[in-house]
This record gives sequence, C-alpha cells and structure tokens, in this order.
Amino acid sequence: MSEVAAVLTLAHRDLIKLLRDRARMVSDFAFPLIFIGILGTSLQAGFGGATSFNLLHFVFTGVLAQTIWQSTALGVISLLMDREQDFSQEIFVSPISRYSIIFGKILGESLVAFPQFIAILAFGMIIGVPFTLEKIVALIPAALLIAVYGGAFGILVLSRLDNQRQANQIFPFVMLPQFFLAGIFNPIQDLPPFLDILTKIAPMRYAVDLLRDVYYGSGSGVPLLDLPTNLAIIGIQFVVFMVIGTAGFVRAERNR
Amino acid sequence: MIHLDSLTKRYKKADRNAVDGISFDVRAGEFFTLLGPNGAGKTTTISILTTTLSPTGGTATIDGHDIVREASAVRRIVGIIFQRPSLDMNLTAEENVRFHAILYGLYPYAPTYGLMPAAYRAQVQSLAGLLGIADEIGKPMRTFSGGMRRKLEIVRSLMHRPKVLFLDEPTAGLDVPSRRTLWDYLRTIRRESGTTIFLTTHYLEEAEEADTICIIDKGKVVSFGTPERIKADLVQEYVLIDAEDRTRLREELGRLELRSDGDGPFRVHIDSRHAHAALKAIDTPLTLVRTHMPSLEDAYLEIVGKLSE
Repeated sequence: MSEVAAVLTLAHRDLIKLLRDRARMVSDFAFPLIFIGILGTSLQAGFGGATSFNLLHFVFTGVLAQTIWQSTALGVISLLMDREQDFSQEIFVSPISRYSIIFGKILGESLVAFPQFIAILAFGMIIGVPFTLEKIVALIPAALLIAVYGGAFGILVLSRLDNQRQANQIFPFVMLPQFFLAGIFNPIQDLPPFLDILTKIAPMRYAVDLLRDVYYGSGSGVPLLDLPTNLAIIGIQFVVFMVIGTAGFVRAERNR
Repeated sequence: MIHLDSLTKRYKKADRNAVDGISFDVRAGEFFTLLGPNGAGKTTTISILTTTLSPTGGTATIDGHDIVREASAVRRIVGIIFQRPSLDMNLTAEENVRFHAILYGLYPYAPTYGLMPAAYRAQVQSLAGLLGIADEIGKPMRTFSGGMRRKLEIVRSLMHRPKVLFLDEPTAGLDVPSRRTLWDYLRTIRRESGTTIFLTTHYLEEAEEADTICIIDKGKVVSFGTPERIKADLVQEYVLIDAEDRTRLREELGRLELRSDGDGPFRVHIDSRHAHAALKAIDTPLTLVRTHMPSLEDAYLEIVGKLSE
C-alpha cells in the first residue's frame, strides 16, 4: 500500500512541477502546434492534391504520438536533473523500492504528457482533422500506452548517462533521427534496406504506428503493422527497456 | 546501534581508497562526531551507512540490520540531513515534508495539505513550531533562507522518528546565529527523543560537544574517544627552557628526573600544573622559559598536517 502511495506522490510532484512552470507549458504546447500547423498544412497544400491523401491528417497523427512519447522520455531523464540538484538523494534514501521510484516517475511524466495530448487533439479539431467520439475514446488508452512506452525508453537512455550535460549532448542524436525514421512527416514504406533496418529499430516508430492504427484503422493501408503486432512489439520492448534501464540506473546510483 | 567493521570504499577510477578499512561502534542515544578535513572520507562513510553508496569491502550494521543485505530496513530507521540541501525548489516547504512522509509510508497519499490526515497536520505543525518555522511552512521553498532550509530538512528528517539521525556537515554555509540555533534544536531533539546523532564536520568546536569523536583522515581512523581522551592523546604540553650553561642544565634535568629532549633549548615534558614546582627546583640560571599548551584545534591541525605531509 505504501508503495502505491509513494508512486502516486512521485507522480503528483511531476504534475505540480509542470503546472508551476509556465515557460515549460508554453514550449510543450508550442512545438507540436508549429509542426502540425505549419508543416502539416503546407505539405497538404503542396502535395495533398497530387497524392489524393490528406497529409495534414498524416502529420497530425504522427506529431500527436511523437509529442506524447518524447515528452515522457525526456521527462524521465529529468531524474538526472534531480541527481544534480541533490534531490535524488532524498528519494533514494527512502525505504521504497527502486522500481516504485522509476514507475512513479513514468506515471508522473505520463500525466504531464496528457494535457499536451488534449491540447493537440483540440487543435486538430479546430483545423479540421475529422474525429468521431469512438475515435477520441480509443485514442485515450493508446496515448497512455505511448506515454508509458516513452517513459521506459527514457529509463533505458538515462541508465547510460551520467549527467544532464551528457543528456543534452546526445539527445539530438537519439531523438532527431527518430523523427524521420518513425515516419512522422514522411512515408517510410519501400525504403532502401539500410534505412528499412534503421526504421525498424527506432522505438518511436511503433508509437506512431500504434496511434495510426487507432486513428485510421489497421486495414486502411496507412499504418505499417496491425494493432496486435504493434502492441506485442511495444509490450516486449517495454519490459526489456524497464528491466535493463532500472537495473542500470540503480547500479549507477550506488556503485560510483 | 551502529557497527562498522573494516568498511572500505574505492571509487571507480580512483587510485586510493576513499574509506580505508575503518572500524568503530556507536552506542544508542550517543552524540557521535566524525571529524576530519575535506576529502577525509566523511561523506563517503555517511553515504554507505545510509545505503546510497555500495561499499567495496567490509561490513556495517545499524540496529542489527546489515546495510547491504537489509538496505530497506536500514532506510526505515535512519534520517539524514545531506551536506547539500536536497529540497525540491519547485514545491512549498510543506509539500517537501509531505512528499517525504508519504515516501516513508507514514501516511496515505492525498493531493493537498487539507486532505492529509489530521495526525499528519498536527505533526508538521508541532515540528515546525519546535524549529520556529510554523508560519512559513506553506510558503514556496524559493523564499526560504539557507538557515530556514536547514531547519526544514530537520523537520522533514524527523517525521519518521528515526533511531539514528545522520547530519553531514549541516552547518556548512550557515551564518553564526543560524548555526547556534541549529545546535540548540539538535540538543532539544536529542533530549526529547533519545535519537542517536551521527554528525560529520570539519569544525572542531562542533565536535567538542560530542560524546565520542572519531577523527579520520585519508579514509583511516586517526583517533577515537571522548573529547577529553582525544585531547589527552593529541595534546602534548611541555615547557621550553634554555640556559647559557646548557651542559649544567642538562645534568640538572637528568638529576631531577625531568624527561626532556633537544640539545637546547630543551623541551621538558611536564604539564602546566607541575611547571612551577619543576622550574623552582632548577638552580641553573635560565635564559628562556616558555610553556607550550596547544588547544585541541592546534593538536588536530598538527595531526592532520602531519598526515598530509
């Protein structure tokens, strides 16, 4: 019972931090809206007619998944910031399980990602992305799943890093290629073999594809894999990331 | 209460042990001080005892619990005030305390102060009152001064009623009045709850209040005992004397059975209480009489200085 309370209070702290950090709220919401509003709209205006495929909707679904996934992944890495500000000492000296600490962090960052999900969804409606009520209801669990998956990826990356500076340095290399390998703005079927392999090992790809499974439907031809396959891959990767990441992080904390 | 047996830690890529096989015991309810210069291994020792760092050798137990195998049980019974404040600046003071109380499983989770159990609110108010920060407890951390932050950390660390309270150089960065009030509060807490206090410091005057002092340097125990015993061990009193006729003086010192060394001036090993009688007994006309009575601080500096040479 106390482990559940500990997870909740860790998550609560992250949400409070978001709500008190106005600059972060603005930047969290601004980037996805710029991507969708400018990139999505211009792609649709330029090529949409020729391809007879709505590129705005395509970019919208991609950015929605990417934002949630990346928000949690980056958020979890803020454990490094806690370590630098010596706050992690307070968490790590407490009697709760190390897994609860990680899980609380992922849950908290998922909660932080949720307002972004709502804001992007609302923005999509305003610019005319079609939704049905069933689709919105189905997107909620998908978004939560993507958030938790992003968190597990964050833990894996975190376990390999020593400080925030390192994180800032390697993040462009970990995140930016995935923007393109995950097919947020661009199609990724029929790629040359070396790129095809790279897209298959980019975890963000499965998050984006899962969301498109829910939005377009598995049989629509837009998602690359069907829903059960994406779910299975995400499930396996989640467990692997969590186990390796948590073990690595805890070991790095204690065996200095 | 605390038992260390050949505890050793070598950091990765380090060429020497930060803590080098230290062994000692701390009794329940004792005020124990680990004294040493910067880099002596004090924080490393505390980090190992509070289970946030793995030792590379030796063992330690707190209240019978092994710090490696029963880390969770150890964490439950210790409180710690870190060298660098570990408060979340994005939260209010009370939120920091609540966060701690829930992590330690003292109270169920509730999203606001008002929704927390009455027992929690009473405990926070009483501890904050004891430390004189009751009015500020709902304010954001950023508005707290260094001294108030330290007090809040004490409030927080006492929430789960630890059997042992570790304080890692708690007065670093505090001004003299804050430092003094901090000591007053620690004395009160100890009197009222019987908590074992394990303090590290590099200030000698803070150590002099302790029941037991352990001096470490370069990871090794240099001296251990009550402040009086440490003083007796470390502090060497002597009287420095000289005469024009050094041969006669040397003979006379030998005849009077006064232990001395040097070829002039002579260092006569007598304590200050017997100096007068000894000097009176000497017939040789003296050209120099100087008593040497170092403070504990001089002795400490001497011992630490000797080791670093």
